[in-house]
Amino acid sequence: MTASAKWRTWLLYAGVVAVVAYCLAPFYWMLVSSLRRTSDIFDTSLLPSPVSFENYRAVFNPSQGFTRALLNSLVVAGTTTTLALLLATFTAYAMARLEFRFKRLILTLIIATSMFPVVSIVVPLLKLFTDIGWINTYQAMIVPSMSFALPLAVWNLTTFFRQMPDELEQAAMIDGCTRGQAFRKIIIPLAAPGVFTTAIITFIAAWNEFLIALSMTNKPGMQTAPVAISKFSGATQFETPFGSQMAAGVLVTVPLVIMVLVFQRRIVAGLTAGAAK
Amino acid sequence: MVHTKVPPGTAEHGTGSEAGGRSGRPRAPMGRRGRITAPSGPGRMAALLVSPTLLVLSIVVLYPTIMALRESLYGPKGLDPATGFIRTTEPFVGLRNYADILGAAGDRFWNAFWNTTFFTVVTVGLETLIGVAMALIMHKAFRGRALVRAGILIPWAVPTAISGLLWRWIFNSNGVANAIIGHQILWTTEGFHAKVAVIIAEVWKTAPFIGLLVLAGLQVIPKEVYEAARIDGAGPLGQFWHITLPLVKPALLVAVLFRCLDALRMFDLPYILVGAQKTSVETLSMLAQNEASNVRFGPAAAYAVILFLYVFLIALGFVRLLGADVVGDRAARAASRSGRRRRATAMRVTEVPA
Repeated sequence: MTASAKWRTWLLYAGVVAVVAYCLAPFYWMLVSSLRRTSDIFDTSLLPSPVSFENYRAVFNPSQGFTRALLNSLVVAGTTTTLALLLATFTAYAMARLEFRFKRLILTLIIATSMFPVVSIVVPLLKLFTDIGWINTYQAMIVPSMSFALPLAVWNLTTFFRQMPDELEQAAMIDGCTRGQAFRKIIIPLAAPGVFTTAIITFIAAWNEFLIALSMTNKPGMQTAPVAISKFSGATQFETPFGSQMAAGVLVTVPLVIMVLVFQRRIVAGLTAGAAK
Repeated sequence: MVHTKVPPGTAEHGTGSEAGGRSGRPRAPMGRRGRITAPSGPGRMAALLVSPTLLVLSIVVLYPTIMALRESLYGPKGLDPATGFIRTTEPFVGLRNYADILGAAGDRFWNAFWNTTFFTVVTVGLETLIGVAMALIMHKAFRGRALVRAGILIPWAVPTAISGLLWRWIFNSNGVANAIIGHQILWTTEGFHAKVAVIIAEVWKTAPFIGLLVLAGLQVIPKEVYEAARIDGAGPLGQFWHITLPLVKPALLVAVLFRCLDALRMFDLPYILVGAQKTSVETLSMLAQNEASNVRFGPAAAYAVILFLYVFLIALGFVRLLGADVVGDRAARAASRSGRRRRATAMRVTEVPA
């Protein structure tokens, strides 16, 4: 290896370290801050000393209602994901495999709705839901969430179905399956990783939703986790409870981060598969 | 939907439930099950599969949009100047809400409009630069690439609301940002620094994602192209400018389009990081939400409609002027192997609006 090549490798790995540091440093700071005591929350040392779980205990103080908020988030995001995937699987299959009139137009329309400003549908729906008494209900959060979850799921799944070779189904049909059976017995099992990845991505999107959950609820008991955390109150009105906010932030984020780390290969594969082939 | 054409291999299908339908060869669709296939065809099946999605989307997107348009033409309930009674229905006011927005309440609207535009242009610009740089580094690095990718997905997975709180903490007057730069800046108070705080937080969350998408685009560029360029005497910069950039452009363009549309509807971050009704960071989404939560549905709907039109125009501009292939289906008919691969890349790149 020549000196210049060595120098270049060194520079490259410095770049890699910079990228990782850029991505992780703020997240690390959230973790560290959540482990400090309230008395030394403004410390700027890189490690909490001493490590304290005081903030985590404060988060689960019944007065914050955080457990309920987590449950609400789980119900809303879970239902949204399930419904979206159920509908999207069939639609995506048609988009990837069948030839029909207006296909391109329909797919464009579906994708376009995912980029729709959420506030444009929240405003009229807020009025409607106020009139029919849906404020502070799960359905008031689930229904508007479908507006972004469903297009996202259709889109992801269409890509996954497109990547699967036509020959698989044709072989199944030559062996005597109907198209429906081929779909059920061949495509669904083979698409399982794709469906799973789509489920994760849709779930993360629904879990992270803020505007709808903020607008459609005004009772603390019905707020989802992100809204509840943003409204955490300190001991006094003038004290922002940064420590417990960070602890709650860690609790809400860590499941997602674990999912991302465990299924990293799969999520990235969802973005890059086929590209490398 | 009407029966259109039956490509070979897709002719044979059915509901999949009948037991006697195992006729076999897809090449012979008019066999025993001709009764079922002939009148239906892929069009019918497609209609069956697609219509539930379209129905749901019409209910949750189309209907509210029409309602917003209608709502924006109505005024608030209240005293009727003609009769002196309290009205139970909302009066029709025509375009007055829009006139008010652009006239009497114009300052607030134009401020929000420029904030939205400023945030979009600056954040998307920075994200693209940082994202492309990240992608180039990741593309070159072979060891530790999995680690980098996992790390890069983390800002994407952090909920925007949580990242708002996190950056609010970092930008606290006694926080770590001020400790690092050694100045006392009140980041989350009104002023230009509040904009800077929002931009930094937004770029942190979204740049890695652009990086990931660009990386996907980089990986399909064949090595031979670079070898040929090297032989022809192109330096690293020339290679980047004349090979990498043009070949990554379709993927990048779609990624940028979707980031733009996402930035135009920015709400969570400024709302949490700085707060509602702060002039320096109020976006159109925040303005509309604020009006709606104060039960002024008419003006709120008008703001929402304007934002919708703005987003629509930008999207149209991208597709028409820059030729962003959003659906990634343009080459579908030709469907040569390579064409298909390229199309698949374009699709993938646009998969996950962060």
